[in-house]
Amino acid sequence: MGRVSYGASLELQEELVARRRSGDVADTLLLLEHPHVITLGSSSDPAHVLADDAELRRRGIERFEVGRGGDVTYHGPGQLVAYPIFELKPDRRDLHAYLRDLEDVLIGLAGAYGIDAERRAGATGVWTRSGKLAAIGVRVSSGWITSHGLALNVANDLSYFDTIVPCGIAGARVTSLARELGRDIGLSDVMEELVRQVCRVFGADEVEYASRTSCRADDIS
Amino acid sequence: MPQMGESIAEGTVSKWLKQVGEAVQRDEPILEISTDKVDAEIPSPSSGTLVEIAVAEGETVEVGTVVAFIDTDAGAAIAGAPSAPSAPEAAEQEREAEREPTRAAAPAASSAAEAPAPASSAADALSPASTAPASTGAAAPAAEPAPAAARQSTAPPAPPASAPAASGAATTAEERLRTRSTPVVRKIAAEHGVDIATVPGTGHAGRVTKQDILSFIESDGREVAPGAAARSAAAEPSRPAGPAAARAEAAPSSDLWNAFYREVRHPEYAVREADQVEPMDKIRRLTAEHMVLAKRVAPHVHSFIEIDFTAVDRVRAAHKARWVAQGERVSYTAFVAWAVSRVLGDFPMVNSTVSGNNVIYRGNVNLGMAVDLNPGLIVPVVHDADHLGLVGIARKIVDLAERARARKLTPDEIQGATFSITNPGVLGTLVGLPVIPKGTAAILGTGAIEKRVVVVTDAETGTDSMAIRKRSLFSLGYDHRIVDGADAARFLSSLKEMLESFPEDA
Repeated sequence: MGRVSYGASLELQEELVARRRSGDVADTLLLLEHPHVITLGSSSDPAHVLADDAELRRRGIERFEVGRGGDVTYHGPGQLVAYPIFELKPDRRDLHAYLRDLEDVLIGLAGAYGIDAERRAGATGVWTRSGKLAAIGVRVSSGWITSHGLALNVANDLSYFDTIVPCGIAGARVTSLARELGRDIGLSDVMEELVRQVCRVFGADEVEYASRTSCRADDIS
Repeated sequence: MPQMGESIAEGTVSKWLKQVGEAVQRDEPILEISTDKVDAEIPSPSSGTLVEIAVAEGETVEVGTVVAFIDTDAGAAIAGAPSAPSAPEAAEQEREAEREPTRAAAPAASSAAEAPAPASSAADALSPASTAPASTGAAAPAAEPAPAAARQSTAPPAPPASAPAASGAATTAEERLRTRSTPVVRKIAAEHGVDIATVPGTGHAGRVTKQDILSFIESDGREVAPGAAARSAAAEPSRPAGPAAARAEAAPSSDLWNAFYREVRHPEYAVREADQVEPMDKIRRLTAEHMVLAKRVAPHVHSFIEIDFTAVDRVRAAHKARWVAQGERVSYTAFVAWAVSRVLGDFPMVNSTVSGNNVIYRGNVNLGMAVDLNPGLIVPVVHDADHLGLVGIARKIVDLAERARARKLTPDEIQGATFSITNPGVLGTLVGLPVIPKGTAAILGTGAIEKRVVVVTDAETGTDSMAIRKRSLFSLGYDHRIVDGADAARFLSSLKEMLESFPEDA
């Protein structure tokens, strides 16, 4: 979908969640980038935003408080954001299992690039030896419809993370695919791999949905 | 607070979407909860009027706690007597067990729990008993050190609500746990004419999962496969009386058995003048309970070996510059943990636990690492240590220890240890005789690492000479029911060999 403002993505997700619940749309995976933005989840500690308002303005960073799980996070250009709007099937109706599934997607993706990534018990997200590669924060609406999702650092400027305490974990370092690989890497390649991994983890049913998403993406952006 | 996932023990009410007095439709979201990284809307189990909100926004409660009361359209008036919801409502909620706001915390709830018990299926929604196992982990708000000792305490801290249900009706409570299952599972069971209560459950608190019921049907209801027993126990480490396996035995539940293996009462003594009497705080109380039970259950034996740290020092020196540059802190403890995780694979009995008349050989190597909180102690767990490299383990240890001291560990992080390491040596102790945590078979104690004069033999000439070497005494405390002295000796010498020829590339 290209670069979508955070506010617009919220509205779109809200609409899609409603339409997914009523069955108007199939499971949909939104893939996009955000302009610089800091978002606070409902369990966020505002103290985890380190930069003051002036600093945020100077660096052109927006700030949002949103109804997803998790602590403070940052999004920006070069980071691949994926918002699955899925109706979780009865055997997948487990909040933690869903988080673990998203981690599985990301670990599989990193593996496809030859990067060793892992979970850390108690710290949702995906980590490599040198830091946090991807953040996860989700919402599950009535009817087990998911929204929000994951943010994978691909080639973004990691210095923006200095403005926050990522996910409320003090001292956590962040990393990106580009940094792990020591070379630049395009979002579109990563997107394809991400879709493959989502299909792998969530089952073949979603293949169709994912490709439909790319059509949707064209419609919208 | 509905069960929104197998490993979810508690949730925080983040927002009420409906207020008292408002009409709600069945399946309409009435509140939002948040738990680790997830916000979720909770739909109403039935149509009616919201008459009482029992948990305020921002409060965190265990799964099974009543969060609200709904006066149902069926006319079962419950306003004014919210602590004893009517039977029709209870039944209604039961059918919606998966999503309903269940009850447990209020003292009155235990009576509510008993009431529908005769209709045993109706009881499955009522969760004092079912929350009891969860509560040990759930007593773990991030800021609270309690989970430390709670991690393996089968005896819940015994709030008045859960105690009667848990001990008074142990059998029925267990049945309730097992009949408590998702609609999918119940449907499969009904289709195949299977009584869920006869299916061994490997899910949370022994619940029957879809996999369980399918395996059960496939096996024509034969004895549960050992694999399933192992899985079940692994899934619920805080219940040493392993769900599947233990229940296959005649569950010993006599008063004597309970008194010996479940209950801990500390004798009392006269207070003298100038004494000061203080109640034990929670972490101390749970630790005390755990220690008494651990010693009662397992016949402890200890064996010792002296380890030479020359090779470890060599590896440390070789990598030190790089590690410092990368900000890694690779302590001796990390080396020991790495070596233990590699050696344990060859000694399944050391990474096991006795459960009833069975032995559960753990499929993972999860190392409990004792961290001194001064006062108090907590044992965070490095999960799957055998899959981590040396630096990975080191990083994990640093992270867990820091967060343990900051009281920021999550319940997952203090559960599931299959083997423990404690380091009394860090404070200069020569060696210790550690107590084996319940539900495991062994614990390693590492003594102070200090320079000692030792006799070394030149490999080529065979000449003996005195040398100054860094050495440490290690002790292994092991459960003599399952680990023989020779096993312990072999384990220790393998560990010694691993540490004394520490690989460069670990």
